[in-house]
Amino acid sequence: MSNHSTTSGHESTSADQGRAGTDVVRLDDGHHVGAGGLPERFEDPGLPPHVHRLADRDPVAASRAERQVATMFGVSMLATLVFIVAYFAIDYTQGVFIPGIGSTNLLNVVLGVSMGVSLFGIGAGAVHWAKTLMSDEEVVEERHPMRSSDEARAKAVHLIQAGGEQAQFGRRPVLKYSLGGALGLFALPFVLQVAGSLGNPTKATAGLAQTIWDIHPLPDGTPGHPIRLFRDPEMTPIKASDVTIGSVFHVMPETLKDSQHVLEDKAKAAVLLMRLHPSQFDSGPRGQKTQSWGHEGIVAYSKICTHVGCPVGLYEQQTHHLLCPCHQSTFDVTKDCEVIFGPAKRSLAQLKITVDDAGYLVAPEGFHEPVGPSYWER
Amino acid sequence: MSTTTDPRSAASLRENDPATTSAPSAGAKRVGGLANWVDERTGAGSGMAFLLKKIFPDHWSFMLGEIAMYSMIICLLTGAFLTFWFVPSAGQIVYDGSYLPLKGVTMSEAYRSTVAISFDVRGGLLIRQIHHWAALMFIVAVTVHMLRVYFTGAFRKPREINWVIGTILSMLALVEGFAGYSLPDDLLSGTGLRAAEGFMRSIPIVGSYVSYMMFDGPFPGEAIIPRLFTVHVLLLPAILVGLFTAHIVLVFVHKHTQFPGPGRTEHNVVGFPLMPVYTAKAGGFFFMVFGVTALISALVMINPIWAYGPYDPSPVTAGSQPDWYMGFADGALRLLPGFLEFVAFDRTWSFNVFIGAILLIPVIFTIAGAYPFLERWVTGDTREHHLLDRPRNAPVRTGLGMMAISSYFILFLASGNDLMAIKLHLSINDLTRSFQVGFFVVPPLVFWVTKRICLSLQRHDREKVLHGRESGTIIRTAEGKFFEKHDEIDEFARWSLVQHEAHEPIAVGSGTDANGVASPAARSERARARLSHFYFKDRVDPVTPAELAAAHHHGEHEAIEATPETAGPVEIMDSRRGGADRESIRRAPESEL
Repeated sequence: MSNHSTTSGHESTSADQGRAGTDVVRLDDGHHVGAGGLPERFEDPGLPPHVHRLADRDPVAASRAERQVATMFGVSMLATLVFIVAYFAIDYTQGVFIPGIGSTNLLNVVLGVSMGVSLFGIGAGAVHWAKTLMSDEEVVEERHPMRSSDEARAKAVHLIQAGGEQAQFGRRPVLKYSLGGALGLFALPFVLQVAGSLGNPTKATAGLAQTIWDIHPLPDGTPGHPIRLFRDPEMTPIKASDVTIGSVFHVMPETLKDSQHVLEDKAKAAVLLMRLHPSQFDSGPRGQKTQSWGHEGIVAYSKICTHVGCPVGLYEQQTHHLLCPCHQSTFDVTKDCEVIFGPAKRSLAQLKITVDDAGYLVAPEGFHEPVGPSYWER
Repeated sequence: MSTTTDPRSAASLRENDPATTSAPSAGAKRVGGLANWVDERTGAGSGMAFLLKKIFPDHWSFMLGEIAMYSMIICLLTGAFLTFWFVPSAGQIVYDGSYLPLKGVTMSEAYRSTVAISFDVRGGLLIRQIHHWAALMFIVAVTVHMLRVYFTGAFRKPREINWVIGTILSMLALVEGFAGYSLPDDLLSGTGLRAAEGFMRSIPIVGSYVSYMMFDGPFPGEAIIPRLFTVHVLLLPAILVGLFTAHIVLVFVHKHTQFPGPGRTEHNVVGFPLMPVYTAKAGGFFFMVFGVTALISALVMINPIWAYGPYDPSPVTAGSQPDWYMGFADGALRLLPGFLEFVAFDRTWSFNVFIGAILLIPVIFTIAGAYPFLERWVTGDTREHHLLDRPRNAPVRTGLGMMAISSYFILFLASGNDLMAIKLHLSINDLTRSFQVGFFVVPPLVFWVTKRICLSLQRHDREKVLHGRESGTIIRTAEGKFFEKHDEIDEFARWSLVQHEAHEPIAVGSGTDANGVASPAARSERARARLSHFYFKDRVDPVTPAELAAAHHHGEHEAIEATPETAGPVEIMDSRRGGADRESIRRAPESEL
């Protein structure tokens, strides 16, 4: 291959210009015109004359470059030493204030800066070395078409055909089809094992629809007790009289205390509790439903967004809008939390509430619809 | 044409350098002995000889892929370190570490171990931050590298396979990033997983099953963290490294593309050998990338998970956003209107989520992966291309690329609509509506503007070849006329401006076969002709020698060379006028000749 790699030079002079038609032309290299005056296209003038660098011509410049490279490697070594010393010397709780960055951890800064300088020094030195002292004479390498030669192709085809014939593929179709069948099927057990054992999907439809607000009958057949609303995360019951107009509470059901799967249950049971003045609700049927499912203007809604399930954590007290911080779906509490803006489609699910004998807020029944993001079977 | 038959050898070019003919040193002999031992057992010598004299062309944009490669290596190195301390478990424990604000808080072991890496492992925070910064840099570099390849047409034959490998790599990089981002199980990444569970549910028919399988039951469960861990540290890295290896092997097989220029043809590659120049440059560049990543990680805090707190499904922070590379998908979710969800056949179709969260990424990457094949079909070009296109010389391709970038940016900006609304005191509703409209209006506009700019730049190139470079020197003639002296550009600079070929649109066939019957093949041919028309109807041909001679003949040459004493016909030049229009306004000087 060495004859293909030659050092370049300025090889066609301007005197070569315009002699198209006398050259040997490659037919796969675009169109060429015949002789007769000017060529149809310009001719490649070849590589421009090489300009030597200062370090090529001047030994002083070359040794200066050498010193520069060595200095960069030296700085790298120093920085490595700094890293090692700092690793042992600096207390990792010590803070430091850096103008423009703020207060930060001193050990992290010193370790990172020294490691950075140590690495960058090697890199900068090597690149400077390459750019000043290593040859900058461009070298030309010939390309060859990717396509194999016809002989090589014919040989490959022959080998495959001959191999197929030796294996008697053509003569014994039963072998061909049975092998195909076996190879086509062998991966199924692996797919089945993984897909079948990742999780039990048959519980999905029921699971997604349940929350721990659901009230189950007691073992003796009597209906279950209503569930008290508890503050989240303090887990204390909420008196209706504590909920002043304009306030908002993060709520979990009392049943969370006995939960075996706290995070999973929380992820569906989270509720927001707000109190509005009764006059603030919409006068239409939606507003009336909202009020009738609440208690003296106190209403409870699922906090899980119906878009993709983020907690709808922002309550705008003045407008009575709930805003999801993830994708900005906006729900109007005065109108049964219907979507007034954003990518969600469905209203948040309302939790029916009332008060028990002791004046605490309770939910006498669970949600009437699945909470959270939509799914196929809901 | 033939740049490889240069009679001068390398030595003659370096005649002022002393020859190195000294006897090998003792150290070199020892190395030689070892090399001999290895070669006698592996035959590695010939492969080595082949690799070390490989030629790579020089251009700054060729470093973008290198940055991606090095960032990936940095991630592999630091990631391996992190696994020594990270505990991939969602099991709940009570924190009792050295970070006081979290004392007594219930959290997962994954979160606790990540906090421990940040506070109790010396230098652990640095490694964690390098890992995160390098991951972000990896995806930036992959994306920009991909744009470079696209805009220069480096995806053309024979590199289509490598383009497809590259698109798969860049898509997997997004998934790999998201998986890693979710592992610490902090409040922010947990909210991301919460959304991801919502995404899965939106899949028609199987959505709820997929969700229950991925999370092994109801969200969040304890399965997802260890499963994502395996995906993040084993499955995807193995695929990424495998595909990357194929990617780089193909670069060696194809030999690197080069920008057009004097002496550079479709049949050669002009540059510097791997040994020693590129070993030093590329090896050095690895250290530079690593060094810069370490510096950033030392000085700029990223993902302070201890400030977010452990994941809990109930609280949330305002301004919740994913890492930047998922921004466009998040933006799409913010823009897709709610009415795309509907109930039909007693089933819920959540297209408001499904399109943005599940379909968007595969569709984008499929379109990207298919592009070389579409363009090849339109041009009907079956030749190999090793010379890159200057983006201006492919106006429609460049326009389409800019159009894609602008769509991406609108989605990306939309994912920050809440922060923009707060910082700029704008209504979030207005912003969202503007982005929704902008997504359909801006990209076609960007396409049109880009295409016009490309065509103008091509005309400017013509202008420069035909009438020279504006020198800034104003000359006054004896009659008191003024003109700017134009310097003719030399043949090397000229070659870069005239070497490309302009495609012509293919003609539409009759659409019927010999018997006058409409044929199905003709329909595809008509579509192809229409696309070809779309691509190439507006084109600017490169200057031909005849045109240059004519320009000179028309008196331009005299004007260029003119000195005040000898100047005959002179005029004030308007360099902004297109080359093709030039002929008409040059008539006057011609008559004076």
